[in-house]
Amino acid sequence: MSVSANQMTEEHPMEKLLRMDRIPHIWCPTCGLGTTVTALATAIDDLKLNYDNIAVVSGIGCTGRVAGYMKLDSFHTTHGRAIPFAVGLHIARPEMKTIVFSGDGDLVSIGGNHFIHTARRNVDMTVICVNNFIYAMTGGQVAPTTPLTARSSTSPYGNYEHPFNLPRLAASSGATYVARWTALHVRRLTQAIAEAISKKGFSFVEVIAPCSTLYARLNKLGSGLDLMKFYHDNAVIKHGADVNEVDIDFQSKIIVGKFVDIEKPTYLECLNEGNERVLGDKYKPWGGCNGDN
Amino acid sequence: MKADPNRVLTGSHYLDGNHACAEGAIAAGCTFFGGYPITPSTEIAERVSRRFPKVGGVFIQMEDELASMAAILGASSGGAKTMSCTSGPGFSLMMENFGLGIMLETPCVLVNVQRGGPSTGLPTLPGQADMMQARWGSHGDYEVIALAPDSPQESFELTIHAFNLSEKYRMPVLIMTDECVGHMTEKVVIPPADQIELVERKYTKKKPGEAWPYDPDDDGISPLLPVGKGYKFHITGLTHDERGYPVITAKAHEWNVKRLMDKVNDHVDDIIWLEEQDVDGAEVVVMAYGISSRVMQPAISRARKEGIKVGQIKMVTVWPFPEKRVRELAAKVKSLVMVEMNLGQVFLEMDRCAAGKCRTHLVGHFGGTVHKPDEIYDAIKEAVK
Repeated sequence: MSVSANQMTEEHPMEKLLRMDRIPHIWCPTCGLGTTVTALATAIDDLKLNYDNIAVVSGIGCTGRVAGYMKLDSFHTTHGRAIPFAVGLHIARPEMKTIVFSGDGDLVSIGGNHFIHTARRNVDMTVICVNNFIYAMTGGQVAPTTPLTARSSTSPYGNYEHPFNLPRLAASSGATYVARWTALHVRRLTQAIAEAISKKGFSFVEVIAPCSTLYARLNKLGSGLDLMKFYHDNAVIKHGADVNEVDIDFQSKIIVGKFVDIEKPTYLECLNEGNERVLGDKYKPWGGCNGDN
Repeated sequence: MKADPNRVLTGSHYLDGNHACAEGAIAAGCTFFGGYPITPSTEIAERVSRRFPKVGGVFIQMEDELASMAAILGASSGGAKTMSCTSGPGFSLMMENFGLGIMLETPCVLVNVQRGGPSTGLPTLPGQADMMQARWGSHGDYEVIALAPDSPQESFELTIHAFNLSEKYRMPVLIMTDECVGHMTEKVVIPPADQIELVERKYTKKKPGEAWPYDPDDDGISPLLPVGKGYKFHITGLTHDERGYPVITAKAHEWNVKRLMDKVNDHVDDIIWLEEQDVDGAEVVVMAYGISSRVMQPAISRARKEGIKVGQIKMVTVWPFPEKRVRELAAKVKSLVMVEMNLGQVFLEMDRCAAGKCRTHLVGHFGGTVHKPDEIYDAIKEAVK
């Protein structure tokens, strides 16, 4: 099939949400980040959100670069601290959609404490975690998500540490929405991100993505595309699955779907209700500081 | 801009330095406080947590100091005036994101109620041994502003001043107090709101699409871009250009870091605040900051009574260091004396600036208690020889 000249457009379909002056991006070909960023951009469009009212916060790593490519108010913070930075930002501007977009090492290793506590508080934000099972930016070191026996540059004889099961971690910490898809489930991933953004409270989407340059090579898994396809073809969709049963083993079946979708008052709702209950008229309800700038 | 009368507890109070600091923050318009409990700073967080709900503001006890520092940067980026407080071990943890605040150029105030160190050290007893960490604690080259109150009254006043400096220079500002000042209870007079001058945050006047986050005015300070107003700006802890975009080159790094240094160094005359007494004609000048500047008084009075020509300088700001003034004095006096509750930190700067033109003396102390006046008196006697 060929594309005729009149079907071509000058404009990238996501141009309105991407900083085109920063393209080409730094990511390797066939890395799962491209489809994931597309899924976020499409979800924002599908929801018809006002672009002015969305903030993206990232930490450090390959995925940490996402904030820099989104044409939104965007913050590239320190390693592991995207979530607590976003907590402050959200409290200051609760009317905005706060989206943390970062990687597995950033969010659940160095940032693990912030992840569980922000889920516990049910702070109204969306966390998108691109899990490629490895520290990619720094050269393929073992991560808290690396499956048992998988090789990395610091587990050259195979990983012998038990990895995290991220949906279980998020759910047991208090998240109101938990889903997992692979980077090739683009339509379902887009829908999950849209649901997560719309969800009141701490919503979490894990995206299983190939690291073509490091994880695939170190484990002799073919190209990034081969790995992306493998994850997709070995995904078993099981909505409502028990999060205790969604661990990921090396190159085996991956259970995907929407695992948690519950209602719970958010941090700011609890703050306002709790203080009002005790202080009554003396309480000055917090609505953010939008009027201040 | 004047302070909001609803936030100012005008009147005479009997407060300790920590509570006075909290009132200073509230009067200054602070509406977000991210903190983590640590002795001897906790009373600041406790008072803020009681007062904020009645005046408007969110206190959040974060999971650790890494998160506290990150959260106050996030909230400040969202438009709030923000603060955190801590002590030695927490200060160490905060240094990571303090550096981010320097690099992003985010206004906020961080209070360190110093205790004895290293490590867990003396949680309940005073020290002034974090002064070099305040100066150099985060990695890389940068300038800092650090204030040192010597009383509850100054804790109130300097907290407001710290907020004003942080807004004016678009950077985190440190208040380096200590356990003595934090827990000392004295009369604190809080003036009417219309006598409290506040510096308003400088936002860009340019329209979305035309403004960049690091586009300095003539004074070297870049107006902030507000979030949620269509600017769709990007800021990063990476070395960046005026657009806030990462640029990993030596040239961009020089542009970026030089600007961070210059915005303080070009305004030292505005920032540096010294309280001098009897310095003209003095043979010996004693310098100190925070609680040590009060502890030195009996020794100085005694030496003066004995006819020794001794002057004194209380450093209200410790960083940036008053390099020019120390160089001038070094050419005139016999000796400069530094009194500090550590084993020689700010002394090193004084000694460097004296550059051999006069003798320099350190009256150091391991901390845990303040100096005895005799130690300072003996040093003055030695210095005047």
